[in-house]
Amino acid sequence: MLGLALLLGVVLGISALVFKVEGDPLVARIDAILPQTQCGQCGYPGCKPYATAIAKGEADINQCPPGGDAGARALAELMGVEYKPLNAEHGTPKPKSVAFIDENTCIGCTLCIQACPVDAILGAAKHMHTIIASECTGCELCLAPCPVDCITMQPIAETPDNWKWKYPVIPIVAVPAHGSNASL
Amino acid sequence: MNSIIQFASKLIRGQAPAPAAADVYKFHGGVHPDGHKLESTAHPIAKLAIPERLVLPLRQHVGYIPKIKVNVGDRVLKGQMLAEAEGTFSAAIHAPTSGTITAISEEVIPHPSGLPDMCITLAPDGKDEWCPLKPADWRNTDKKELVASLRASGIVGLGGATFPTHIKVRADGRSQVHTLVINAAECEPYITCDDMLMRERADEIVKGMEIVKFLLGAEHCIVGIEDNKPEATVSMAEACKALANTSVKVVPTLYPSGDARRLIHLVLGIEIPHDKRSTDVGVQVFNVATVLAIYRYFAFGEPAVNRIVTMTGSVNKPQNFEALFGTPLQSLIDAAGGAKADTTHFIMGGPMMGFDLPTIEVPITKAANCIIAATPDLFAPPPPAMPCIRCARCADACPVNLQPQELYWFSKSDNFEKARDYKLFDCIECGCCSYVCPSDIPLVQYYRYAKSEIIAADKAREAADLARERNEFRLARIEREKLERAQKHAERAAAGKAESAKPESAAPEEIAAETAKPAAVPAADDAKKAAIAAAVERAKALKAAAAQAGDAGNAAKETAAESKKPADDEQAKIDKQALIAAAIERAKAQKLAAAQAGAAPKNVDNVSPAVQAEINEIETIREKAKQSVDTKDAEN
Repeated sequence: MLGLALLLGVVLGISALVFKVEGDPLVARIDAILPQTQCGQCGYPGCKPYATAIAKGEADINQCPPGGDAGARALAELMGVEYKPLNAEHGTPKPKSVAFIDENTCIGCTLCIQACPVDAILGAAKHMHTIIASECTGCELCLAPCPVDCITMQPIAETPDNWKWKYPVIPIVAVPAHGSNASL
Repeated sequence: MNSIIQFASKLIRGQAPAPAAADVYKFHGGVHPDGHKLESTAHPIAKLAIPERLVLPLRQHVGYIPKIKVNVGDRVLKGQMLAEAEGTFSAAIHAPTSGTITAISEEVIPHPSGLPDMCITLAPDGKDEWCPLKPADWRNTDKKELVASLRASGIVGLGGATFPTHIKVRADGRSQVHTLVINAAECEPYITCDDMLMRERADEIVKGMEIVKFLLGAEHCIVGIEDNKPEATVSMAEACKALANTSVKVVPTLYPSGDARRLIHLVLGIEIPHDKRSTDVGVQVFNVATVLAIYRYFAFGEPAVNRIVTMTGSVNKPQNFEALFGTPLQSLIDAAGGAKADTTHFIMGGPMMGFDLPTIEVPITKAANCIIAATPDLFAPPPPAMPCIRCARCADACPVNLQPQELYWFSKSDNFEKARDYKLFDCIECGCCSYVCPSDIPLVQYYRYAKSEIIAADKAREAADLARERNEFRLARIEREKLERAQKHAERAAAGKAESAKPESAAPEEIAAETAKPAAVPAADDAKKAAIAAAVERAKALKAAAAQAGDAGNAAKETAAESKKPADDEQAKIDKQALIAAAIERAKAQKLAAAQAGAAPKNVDNVSPAVQAEINEIETIREKAKQSVDTKDAEN
């Protein structure tokens, strides 16, 4: 009996070493749900820190406006907690947009480059900057530091490329009221 | 229940119904919608006159948008390339006739969204002048070269899927294609463009088959034709005699036998696994019209500039037309005798898989195999959908062996992961399920909705992954830079420590920078003190400089007032006066040196009067400042 216990103990000990899980898988799973906008609207300096805070139970699941209602629901399901509507204190969901630099106004101060969490702004000191639209997450962090307010957020337009088929709805048609109906 | 009845009827009849040809294999499901093909086959293919304006959307095929090679105002010749294929998965666009480019702008394209997209507008000059064409001697040319030249031909699958043809013929080295299947089934109701093409141009099609067979290295060639096209079957069988190892197989009329995988199943009895391509089992499928376009390209050098379009439905004279790409739909309708009064809208493609055109102002594109003028009589608006009664008739009709009712429930409830698990993406959107549904549920619309939602979610996830990666990289970079800086400072501090052994030689400014950093060493106390002294010195010097450069007495007074604030005020004042005096001395010396060197600074020989006035103004200000400083000196 003792021998078996020892054997199992050794097996468990070895497997704990061999199958060691790197990092916190819960943080990674929460991070996978978050939209990676890195906007900091949740009050944390990025999506990963927010994910860590949720995992630790320090932050609520409804602080991510870019994730939207669907994101909050997914987080609630993952964490096994009750769904809560988004907390308006952290902002409201907006249509996805990308930053746009008015290149005539840009003075090349590099402040927005330093603010961008995903290095999506290209430029150098005293040279015009531009946004790499495909990399921009729409976090709006570059808006505040700009001393000349040359950055605007432009909603992503619908094109035949990103157009989606709509949910089938049966249109409700107004039927003219017949005399017989009216009398009823 | 249905299957039981079917099984019972089979038993009663003694055996399974014999297929039209003994060696044809039947696929699962399928439906028999009314053909409506006779209307448009009464007349031969007519050539449409060159319209006044051609609008060529860049998005005419599956894949990347081609790159525009022309500018507004350019005169182009027929067959000249207007847009070049971008990357592998793309196709070129050519001028359908000679003329002038009048616009490169956004126009409404024939797309279910009804959204505008980039188009090239061409005003034909009526000469229809070809650019120099280069026919290829394909029998004596390297296959790779031929495939590469096909990339510039602009030819895409003309059956409606518009897949760039050059991708289909290139050898990917994975598997050898042994059988070429020519898709001439044309199973959708109303469409007759392939039928008429086979009746009239069977010889050219067979010549095209020979080229494609050569390019693929295929040994066998099978033409699959539905049995509702006897004339086409006869003419194709006649023409195919010229080609070895080629046969025409008549398949029973059953929608959707024109789907590539269904046709392969029909003629070869091979069912391709859902995650494999037909080339993995050594089969490649080409549409008859595509094969003809390939022949025209290699034999005459003509790129894709036109196609056969069936104009049918509620028009006075339904017929097939050879139309240039970019031809306005209105020209086609006019050529077909105009639409009847009760026409409500137009459908592009067939009634099963086509879509309603958003407006009549759209051009004919490479995908436009058929335009149907729709009336409420022909296509009654669908009755309101009733709840699903789980009869599973859709499952019986599904040619892909899916469970449409399950897919419907998952799609309807936005349960997309489940829908994907049930192989939603294997659905070919043929519409058989909707056709047989007794509750009139628009099943395909639900599948399309679910598919586009899943695709959008996948794209968003990809973008999020990219953003995460970039953010992590950025954080790592910042961390690394911080580390590098700290290391540098530590090195400098170490160097400073060594220097502090000889305090006189220590550069005070350098050490001043060091002291601000945390790389403090206990022994650096002396250096620190020296640095503080140096920093104070520097601050004083700066203030003095400000006082000197300051406009008139005001600035000087301000700085003077500020300088009173520190506790060691008196000492600072004296220091400051000394510094100012020294600075003035220096400036004077400089001026003197300048005067000796030949007066005035350089670059003032040829100044304009305005600039000269400005210089004079600055000089007077300087003079004033000097005077005020002098008077202050006197006061002190």
